[in-house]
Parts: sequence; structure tokens; C-alpha cells
Amino acid sequence: MSRWRRGDDAYADAPDEPSTTRRLEPSRLRPADVVGAAAGGLGGRKLRTALSALGITIGIAAMVGVLGLSESSRADLAQEIEALGTNLLTVEPSGGFGGGDGVLPEETVSKVARIGPVELVADVVTLDAAPLRNDLVSGNETGAIDAMAADLDLLDTLKGEVADGVWLTEATAATPNVVLGAVAADRFGITAIDEGTQMYLGGEWFTIVGVLDEFPLSPDLDRAVFIGKHAATAVFDAELNPSVLYVRTTPEQIDAVRGVLPSTADPESPDEVSISRPTDVLEAQQAADSAFTSLFLGLGAVALLVGGIGIANVMVIAVIERRNEIGLRRALGAMRAHVRRQFLTESLLLSALGGAAGVGRGVAVTYGYASYEGWIVVIPRSAVVGGFAAAIAIGAVAGLYPAMRAARLAPTEALRA
Amino acid sequence: MTGMNAHHPSRPPALELVDVVKEYPGTPPVRALDGVSLRVDTGELVAIVGPSGSGKSTMLQVMGTLDRPTSGAVMVDGIELSTLTDRKLSAARARLIGFVFQQFFLLDGATAVENVSNGLLYSGASKHTRLRRAARALDRVGLRHRLHHHPNEMSGGERQRVAIARALVHDPAIVLADEPTGNLDSASSESVVSLLRDLHDEGRTIVVITHDRDLAASLPRQVAVRDGRRDESASHLVGVAGAGS
Repeated sequence: MSRWRRGDDAYADAPDEPSTTRRLEPSRLRPADVVGAAAGGLGGRKLRTALSALGITIGIAAMVGVLGLSESSRADLAQEIEALGTNLLTVEPSGGFGGGDGVLPEETVSKVARIGPVELVADVVTLDAAPLRNDLVSGNETGAIDAMAADLDLLDTLKGEVADGVWLTEATAATPNVVLGAVAADRFGITAIDEGTQMYLGGEWFTIVGVLDEFPLSPDLDRAVFIGKHAATAVFDAELNPSVLYVRTTPEQIDAVRGVLPSTADPESPDEVSISRPTDVLEAQQAADSAFTSLFLGLGAVALLVGGIGIANVMVIAVIERRNEIGLRRALGAMRAHVRRQFLTESLLLSALGGAAGVGRGVAVTYGYASYEGWIVVIPRSAVVGGFAAAIAIGAVAGLYPAMRAARLAPTEALRA
Repeated sequence: MTGMNAHHPSRPPALELVDVVKEYPGTPPVRALDGVSLRVDTGELVAIVGPSGSGKSTMLQVMGTLDRPTSGAVMVDGIELSTLTDRKLSAARARLIGFVFQQFFLLDGATAVENVSNGLLYSGASKHTRLRRAARALDRVGLRHRLHHHPNEMSGGERQRVAIARALVHDPAIVLADEPTGNLDSASSESVVSLLRDLHDEGRTIVVITHDRDLAASLPRQVAVRDGRRDESASHLVGVAGAGS
């Protein structure tokens, strides 16, 4: 045990000046010590710290996750639209309002094909023939599947893919052969093409030669079976007025083509021709997704608000429980501002902890779910930065009142508690 | 003794109260201190003794700038403190005054050396400097072997020694000890009082507030307080009145 007198070498680093100027320099608390004191306060109550940060974690994770998933889904849809092309138009009779017959003339395909910027055109004709799995099934049990006569260019026009077997050719289109849409194949229980598998269509046996993948731009066609036009006229003596026309144009001229299509398709009743752009539907779906995103963001914001109230509550309790510590710090020379700063920093640390954990969980959820769905993983930087900033802002607001209350506490009152 | 004294040949008293009044609002107002004057010279070890409710705790709060007097002057190391702003009072506590409390007030999550270094926390000293000086202060109070122990690993006497080291670590002009043995058994009390005496021998200025007349009697000077006033008639009797009073 060493002996030690006031002012001896233990304090050699204290400047040797008159006491009044040296000693009444204002109290100072280094920024690192503010953080240290705040971290010490939280470290002493680990469970409470974790639970109160959890509210913020859930709120931020929800917001980051929703934004991340929404962006990933949007990016995936955009990529899909890009791949499918936005230069596809569909032409349909609009159903006979105003006295029309709701039927497009048979020569529509050849007339539309002559429009300069049109690259490809194909039509389908809905047939009055019930497709059945076999001749033992009742004629009503078609599973809501239509039979259609299809142009050979249909697959190329719609950028469709064959899942199994082949698409119709000049040869197979003239004879009783059928290709199934994706949903139709599923309904009939056809998973693979076996040579000689047949189905019963309009009272005749047709050989199944292929199954298609889904048509993202024309989901109606997934619920159809397709035969060639020659077979349709030969077997059913069908009239070949197009039910729907699919028109692929040069991308730059799509609006111009859209303008002339009604009068080209049906010069006598252009008003009864309906033109649509299938990618508009996907874009509308994207807009609908945005509405859901806003809803979930709102829920995340509510969770965040509740988390903020939780932090404020915990900080108010901390101020009450730690009155002695506040009194001690004032006795050791802390100014009111130092106490205020310590408790505010404690609240900020708490919310930063919750925010960081929330951002991490939100990113993990986005990554996991988007990967599972096969989407492009997009983690918006604005969601990460914004989420963390929101957590900090909540911490600042939640900590302000408790910090001011701690700072207002008189030293004698705090030490007496 | 120090370079500071070279600038101040006639050193001011470590502590001086001049006609201090402290009233708490109420109907009627409560006058806890009623014109108390007191001078404590540098290097003195003084006991302020009085029964419960005599005003001695209020006196400690006023001397330690934890509370302001209603009127009168409080000077520590020659600096008039009663009119200073709250910021300046904080500075005075950080640099001129050391406190020892009956309840120790150590932070449970911090080690002994960290608790002592908190005595310098608001001085602006670096962490390295604080810890170095805290280790030295703990060495001085005989706890070199306890630097990294937490308060819950120490006896009551050891905890109070840590608190004393914390009060000394910033080299204050005066140490104010409020019932320093109030929470201790007799053996620990004796060792703490012995430490205070040693520190006095080394030139420290210490004021001990106590209701324990035996403790007061064992210190070189006693100031008796009763009903908010100095009880001059009792001050010289404390020593002879002993435990039976």
C-alpha cells in the first residue's frame, strides 16, 4: 500500500496552475464515454434490452422484407414482360353490342398479315366440340376445357413452349391430332406423351401429340386443346371465323398498328372489334402488388410504432430504477446535459440494435423467399438505409422524454431514492 | 506542499460556510439550516455530528453543491459556489469535491477499477489515464488485489474502500463522507475509519457526517449540529460524552 499526498506524482499529469483557473474548467464527457456509459446501462439488463429491441426488430424486418419481396417480385415480372415482349396485341370481336354478330370475318388473318409492321399473326377458332378423356365420360364433363382450331404460327406468335411431344405441323394439322394446353393436360391427367394416347373430341378419337407450357400472356389458352384448321373443317365441318387473333408487331409501330387493326379486322363494324395488349394485364398485376405492398408497409409501420412505445416505456422505467446512479453521476460532476445524453444514447443504441437485427432479418426473409420462388433477389438499398434510419429516428423520439426526465432530476432527490 | 501553494502563500480554507440558511418550501417553510457558519482548513479531519433531523445531511448537500443554500455563502478552496450556474456547480463537483456515501453507490456491472475511474469520468481525462489513476487509488486504499473484481464479489468494507478511492481519484480539495460506516460491521467500520485517518495524515481534507458519537469522538475535530444550528455547547462534549450519550 503506497502513501500518497494530494498533488504528488500520482497527479503529475495535472497542470500546476492556480486552483481557481485549473479546477473550474467545465465538466467534460468524451463521446466514446457517452456510448460506454449507455452500453453499460443496457448491458446490465440484457433480457429487457433484447425484448424491448424486439419490437423494433419486427417492425423493421417487416418493412425491409415487404419492400425487398415487392422489388424482387417486380423485377421478376419486369424480366418476364421483357422476355414475352410488349409488342403483342390481341384482336377479338367485342360481342355484338349495337347489332353486330360478334364474329370476325374468316379472311381477317390474311388481311392483318398484310399490315406492314405486323411480324406474325395467328388465330384460334373456338369449336363446338366437347373434349373428353375417353368415350365413357359424359359429354358435360369437359373440365371447362375448350377445343380450338389453331394456326400453325400460334406458338411462335405467343412465344409459347412445348412441354412434351411436338406442336402441330402441316401434316399433323390435317389429321386427327391434338395438342393440349398446360391446364387441359393437367385436368385430363396427361403428364407425358406416350405413343398412341388418344382423347375423345367432339365424338371422334384424336391422337395426343404434344403438351404445351403455360402461356403467361394468354392464360385462356392453357385451358384449351388445339387441333389443326384442316382437321377442324374435315372432321367437324367447322367455319373458321377467328375467335381471337394474336398479332406481333415491330415494337416501335405498335400504337400505329393498334390504330388500324379494328378497321382492318372488320371493315364493316370496326367498333365491334376489341384490341388489347396482354402485357397491360401483367402491368396491372404489378400495380395491384404495389397496393398490397403499401398495406404491409403500413402494418410494418404500426409494429415500429409499437416498438418505439416499448422503448420509451423501458427507458422511463430505467430512469426510475436508476435514480441512485443518476444522483451518483451528478455527484461525480455530470452536468444535466451529460445525463440527458447518456439516456438518449441508451435509447438510440437500443433502437439501433433492434434496427440492425430487423434489417438483417428482413434481408434474410427476402433472400430466402425470393430464392424459393425463383425470383431475382433485389434488396433495395433505400429499404436497408431507410429501415435503419427509421429505427434510429424512433429511438431518438422514444428516448427524448425519459432522457429529459433523467436530466431534470435533482441530485439530492436522486441520491435519496 | 504543492506547486499550487506557491501561487497562494496564504491558502484559503478548504471549505467555508458563512451564515448559511436552507429553507424548504411549505406552510410553514421548513428551515433545515439556520445561519450555519463553519471553516474547515486544508488538511483537517472534521466530524459533523448530530441526531437524525438535525440538519447535518442538508449541510452535506449544501457543502457538496448538491443543493443550493437559500442564503449565505459556500466556498470551497476559496471559490464562492452558492451563486454559480448549474454547469459550474457540476464542474466544482467534478474537480473540487469527492463524495463517500453510506450506500457506496457502486455500479454493479463495473469492476472496482472501472468504478473508481468513474470519479474522473467527467474530467475529460482519457480512459487510459482514468484507469491508471484508478489503479493507483485502489492501491492506496489497500485493494490492489481487487482491481478487476465486481462489487458483488467484495465485502462491505472493501466496497466502501472502493468508494473512498473513487472520491480521491480526481485529487479533490475536500472529501465529504456521509455516514461512511453506516452500513458496515464494527471491524469494517474500524478499518474504514483507520483509512480516513491515514488519508488525513497524508494531508487530505475530510469532513465526515455521522450520527455516531463514538466515531465523531475518535476524529480530531467535532462540530455538533442540532435543529439546523451549530450546537457550540455540545461540540466539545462529544469526545467526553462517549457512547452513553
